[in-house]
Amino acid sequence: MSAVTGGSGRLSWLTRWATLAVLFVVWELVAGVWLPKGRPELATLLPPPSAIAKAAVEMIGSGELLMHLWQSLKRELIAFLFALFAVPLGIAMGWWRWVHEQIDPIVEILRPIPPIAWIPLSILWLGIGNAQNQFIIFLGIFFPLLINTIQGVKNVEPNLVRAARCLGASEWQILKRVVLPAALPQILTGIRIGFGVGWMALVAAELVGASSGLGFLINDARSLLKTDVVILGMLTIGVVGLLLDLLIRRIAKRVLPWSLAAQK
Amino acid sequence: MARLIVDNVSKTYPALQKGHEDVLALRDVSFTVEDHEFCCLLGHSGCGKTTLLNIMAGFEATTGGRITLDGAEIGPPHWSRTMVFQDYALFPWLTIERNIAFGLEVKGVPEAERARIVAEHVKLVGLSGFETRLPHQLSGGMKQRVAIARALAVDPQVALLDEPFAALDAQNRSLLQDELVRIAQATRKTMVLITHSIDEAIKLSDRIIVMTKRPGTVKANLKIDIPRPRAEDDPQVIALKKQLRALIADEREVELA
Repeated sequence: MSAVTGGSGRLSWLTRWATLAVLFVVWELVAGVWLPKGRPELATLLPPPSAIAKAAVEMIGSGELLMHLWQSLKRELIAFLFALFAVPLGIAMGWWRWVHEQIDPIVEILRPIPPIAWIPLSILWLGIGNAQNQFIIFLGIFFPLLINTIQGVKNVEPNLVRAARCLGASEWQILKRVVLPAALPQILTGIRIGFGVGWMALVAAELVGASSGLGFLINDARSLLKTDVVILGMLTIGVVGLLLDLLIRRIAKRVLPWSLAAQK
Repeated sequence: MARLIVDNVSKTYPALQKGHEDVLALRDVSFTVEDHEFCCLLGHSGCGKTTLLNIMAGFEATTGGRITLDGAEIGPPHWSRTMVFQDYALFPWLTIERNIAFGLEVKGVPEAERARIVAEHVKLVGLSGFETRLPHQLSGGMKQRVAIARALAVDPQVALLDEPFAALDAQNRSLLQDELVRIAQATRKTMVLITHSIDEAIKLSDRIIVMTKRPGTVKANLKIDIPRPRAEDDPQVIALKKQLRALIADEREVELA
C-alpha cells in the first residue's frame, strides 16, 4: 500500500515540475545556442540559466550576494521592530472605542497611500540611505499589522473576557492575559502579510535610494548591462521572500498549537 | 455566608428603533437564595433568566430594584460571583491547570498555595492526569468540568451556571448533573443555575424558581426537600414533575394566545 502511494506521490511530484523543466530546457537552448548565433545583439538581454547559475556561484563565492542580501534583511528587520508599535496601538484601538474614533481617520487617510508613493518625500526628509529605506519598509509592515491587530481584538470571544472579569481580572490583566493571546493568531497573520508587503517596498526603495541591498544590486547591474546578475538578484528576492513567509508560518505553528485546533 | 436576595428587580432594554416600544425583560423579580442552597431558575427561552444571571454576575445593570449578597448590594463583576458558561469559555492557550489557576493568579495567591488549590480542584472535578492538556484536547463534558473547577477555585460566595450542560449529549449531561450534585454537597457552595429542563431542575435543586415568559416574573418559588439521590420513580419526584409541567405548560399557552 505504502509503496503504491509513495510511487504515485513521486510521479505526481515529477509531473508537477515537468512544465517548468521543459521551460528551462527551451530557455537554455534559445538563450545559450540560438540567440548568440542568430541574434547576437539580443544575447546580452537574455542570458541562459547556465550563465545565471555561473553568476550565482561567483557572487556567492565572493560574498557579494550575501552582503547585499544581509543589508536588505537587516533593513527589513529593523523596520519590523519599529512597526511592532502597531501591536499596542491596534490593541488600544480595538479595545477602547474613543481611541479608535480618534486614530482611525488618520489611519484611513494614510493607509491607501502605497509605501512606494512615499519614496520621493522620504528622500527629501531623510536623504538617501538606510533611514529612508527603513521608513518605506516600516510603512509596508505597519498598516497590515495594525489592521489585523484591531480585527483580532474585535474578534475576541466576549465570554472569554467575561470569564476573566468575573474571576477577578483587572482591565490591564484582561488586556495582557486574555485579549493579547486571543488576538495573537490574527496578529501573526498581520506580521506575515506585513513582511510580504515590506519586502516588496524594500526592493522599490533600494532601487532608487540605496547603495547596497538586493534592489540596489539589480539596478546597479542593469546600468552595467549585467543581465545575468539582474535576474539572479530577482530570483534571490523571490526565494528569500518565500523563505521568510515559510519561517513565520513555522514559528506561528510552534507558538500557537491551540489556534489551529480551535479553528476546526 | 452567602445569602443572595433578589429584590424587586426589573430590566428594560431601550427600543432598538424609534417608534418601537422599550423591551421589558424582567418585572419585579424577587426571591431569596439561602446560604448553601442550590437554586435553579427554570423557564422557557426568552423568559429573561439569562438576563437575570448576567445581572447577578455584574455584567449588566438593573433598571429597577437591587440584588444583595449578605446584605451588601452587588457591584461590577467580582470573584465572589463566578460564572460557568454554556460554551465553556476556557482560555484555549492555557493548559487545564493554568485555566483553573487563572483566578488565583490574578488574585495574587502565592504559588505554593495556588498549586495546592489547583490540585484540590482538579481532583474535585475528576480530571487528574489531564492537568497539562490544552482545552481543545478534551471532550465537551471534560471542558465543562474544567470550567466548574475554575469558577470554584477562587472560592466565590456564589457560583452562577448558565445552562452549563445544554451543549452536551444526553449521557454526558446526566453524568455531569450527578457530578454537580456531588460537588455542590462537597463544597457547600451557594449555586444558581439556569435551565429549561424540568428533569435537570429536579435533580439538582434545593429551590426552584419558575419564571414566566416576557416579561420575566416569578411564577412559583418551590423549596425542594426530597432526599438525594432522587430516583425518577420516587412518588415525590413524579408529583413535583407534574406540578412543574403544569406551571410551564401554562406559559406555553400564554405564548400561543
